[in-house]
Amino acid sequence: MGFAHNTIAFRPEKCDGCGDCMTACAQAKAGSDDLAHSRITITTNAITDSFELALCRQCGDPKCVMNCPSGALTKDEESGLVPWDADKCVDCLLCTVGCAYGGITFNSQTAHVQKCDMCDGAPACVKACSHGALEHRTVGDIYNRVGDWEDMFVKGLSGCQGCNSELLMRHTMRRVGANSVLATPPGCIPGMGSVGYNGMVGCKVPVFHPLLTNTASMLAGIKRQYKRVGRDDIMMVALAGDGGTTDVGFQSLSGAAERGDKMLFICADNEGYMNTGMQRSSSTSYGSWTTTTPVGPALHGKSQDAKNMPVIMMMHNCEYVATASLAYIEDYYEKLDKAIDAAKRGMAYLHVYAPCPSGWRFGSGDTIEICRMGVDTNFVTLWEYERDTGLRFTRPVDDPLPVVEYLKLNGKYRHLSEEQIAHIQAKTIERVDELRRFEIKQENDGESHHESRASA
Amino acid sequence: MNKTHYLIVGSSHAALEGLTAIRLHDPDGALTLVTRDGHLPYSPTVLPYVVSGKSKPGRILLRDEAYFEDNKAQFVTGAALVALDSKKAQATFDNGETWAYEKLLLATGARPAIPPISGLSETPFHVLRTLDDAIGLRRAIGEAKTAIVLGAGLVGMHGAENLAKAGVSVSVIEMYDQVLPAYFDAAAAEMIESAFTENGVRMMLGCTVASTEKDGDQIRVTLKDGESLKADLLLVATGVQPVIDFLGGSGVETDRGILVDDTMATSAPNVWAAGDVAQARDFYRDDKSVVGILPNAVEQGRIAGMAMAGDEALKPFPGGVPINTYNFYGRQAISVGLSQPPEGAEVACDIDPANGHFRKIVLKDSRLLGISTVNEPMDAGIMWQLILRRTDLGPVREAFLANPLETGRALMSSTWR
Repeated sequence: MGFAHNTIAFRPEKCDGCGDCMTACAQAKAGSDDLAHSRITITTNAITDSFELALCRQCGDPKCVMNCPSGALTKDEESGLVPWDADKCVDCLLCTVGCAYGGITFNSQTAHVQKCDMCDGAPACVKACSHGALEHRTVGDIYNRVGDWEDMFVKGLSGCQGCNSELLMRHTMRRVGANSVLATPPGCIPGMGSVGYNGMVGCKVPVFHPLLTNTASMLAGIKRQYKRVGRDDIMMVALAGDGGTTDVGFQSLSGAAERGDKMLFICADNEGYMNTGMQRSSSTSYGSWTTTTPVGPALHGKSQDAKNMPVIMMMHNCEYVATASLAYIEDYYEKLDKAIDAAKRGMAYLHVYAPCPSGWRFGSGDTIEICRMGVDTNFVTLWEYERDTGLRFTRPVDDPLPVVEYLKLNGKYRHLSEEQIAHIQAKTIERVDELRRFEIKQENDGESHHESRASA
Repeated sequence: MNKTHYLIVGSSHAALEGLTAIRLHDPDGALTLVTRDGHLPYSPTVLPYVVSGKSKPGRILLRDEAYFEDNKAQFVTGAALVALDSKKAQATFDNGETWAYEKLLLATGARPAIPPISGLSETPFHVLRTLDDAIGLRRAIGEAKTAIVLGAGLVGMHGAENLAKAGVSVSVIEMYDQVLPAYFDAAAAEMIESAFTENGVRMMLGCTVASTEKDGDQIRVTLKDGESLKADLLLVATGVQPVIDFLGGSGVETDRGILVDDTMATSAPNVWAAGDVAQARDFYRDDKSVVGILPNAVEQGRIAGMAMAGDEALKPFPGGVPINTYNFYGRQAISVGLSQPPEGAEVACDIDPANGHFRKIVLKDSRLLGISTVNEPMDAGIMWQLILRRTDLGPVREAFLANPLETGRALMSSTWR
């Protein structure tokens, strides 16, 4: 098992060229405001007038290292860094020949080359960026932590190319572990082979295929039987689609939540019945094209807003409710850990946004970008609810991009009129405002969320 | 007879990158690296710094023994290739051993080219190509008061600077009428030359040596024009030549170096060549050339290794581009690609001799052909990519000519983020 490494990511659309990152770098590395000491460079793209970045990428096969004749540059497999040894360096500049990114450059003040060293895991440039244009992505830590855990699914699940539900399934069940029973109601998740093919099972834990209607009630019954035989430690898990959660499966889920049945119920929300031919569900977003909300002279996609299922589950007084997007897997892991813990006490519900390349009409390589843009525009909000601490945004976006930036990535919104886009924008703002009313402010420590809600 | 699947002859950059590339694709195939050198791998490029004392000989090694163990590679030192039979797939070394191989990489590099000067073979002189050369030259500098350097290429210039800094009175004799003719035009070369003159080095350009001789404890060099110089030390740095003398009757075609195709394959089956010994596609001409620079050795070594291991990700060699990053007296001269414009090309110069600043950009059809600077920071790797990718600079022309560094960074950033 190799190592994965954390990186600094750049979001040019959020950068305003303020240069705070460069000043912070020069300060951190040389105690100076002279930008010659900065190892990160923000520069202007003369064609698009946007901002560009020159920064060491800590390459996996670093050409600066290959071009170094003195052994001053190396690749540290464990940290992922490419450290520079001033003592061995002969200032020949051949490393700069190897780098195509301006990541190792000559500093005329010190008369040596310089490059980013990630500031011992806390990059000063990222801390200084107030626009969210630079992010320290720590997902490498997760890979190193979970990479050796057992994958509970067989190889070769047959999801559509670009589908991120497989990612969700494998990550989730690796974390949950073998001591579990899995229910996968009709939908893409069993459809891609998790229940098995031709008499073979697709999963290493007991897995079954309930009806769309009764997933939560079946899990509740199985849990009670296990409890009766002294195996209350076995975790009940549902990996359901939005149809099996928000529509047909709703009453059994609502009942289980109300009774406080102990289970981890995960909804992979791809906004429709995608594996049966892309029909709309109550979770389908307003304006979406589906095969049952077509686009023509009369209809222009779905004419109703989506049901806000995670809020509905929060109102059930669950032990734990959270939303997630796999573009932010660090965030998902934190929530998954809390949900697994909460499922030992009662209902834990995770609502995971799952863009669907086949049904939403986008390229299979764009899934994560769409996940990310959903969050950046506040179309998707990442939050969690715990009984004693109430609702908390885990990744608040105070300066969201216009929702059209998200819509234009999906073919299912291609037909939208200005009015429809305005409706979605207004609804997006309204939903965030609604959620904010559930937030418990720090100064209200000790109050229950019910009181807080009443005062909001 | 010894047997190995992969046999690599040589131990510098091309050989090491070949090994890395093979191991990325084939972790287990038997691999043996044989070198005529007696040390663990090092780079000839670092040797001037061993001469100057900046680098300690034990601190320049590019790999240690554990590396070869970890990579399941056998490392044999002190054995020079003397004969190759590509039909039998056998290589014979001067330690008497013969190795049978499945795939062979010739990364034997280059050795100093010794000019045919009357009396030179009877005159004691130094060269600088191996670690032992460097250690010997460093010792000799300590005992010398005067020195003569033949050749104003990179090795000669580095040698002259180190000698001068050690308090030795140095004369540099060069046949061409400028220094570093392969990389810089006359104007840039003049700036570099003047830095040496300012530091007391006698630069004798456009001079041809007629003969050399031993003169007591000293050496004497006589020029064609009759002038005669005496010195304690003679450094011959008149270029290098590929090491190919073992290839007679081998079935491997050679010209100046070993002729290779774009995957570094030679004319003989299962034999590849890379680095300073290889004569490969030239980026600028419909011809093959030996471009003996470190970055080329790295590229070619990797390509050869991928081809040997059957790695399908291989991308063919785009052609050699001359690149030079030269540090002299604390100043930098950098050159990527052509320094002289070919027909139909345009040149943009920004030259300020008073401040020692020089920049020359050679463009053709809005594509970068070459850029050279003195005392101006430049991301050589970005410029190299702009040349190789034939990036259209038309839309950013003015910005590029005004500020190639920042514009180049923006262009490359937009391609990968």
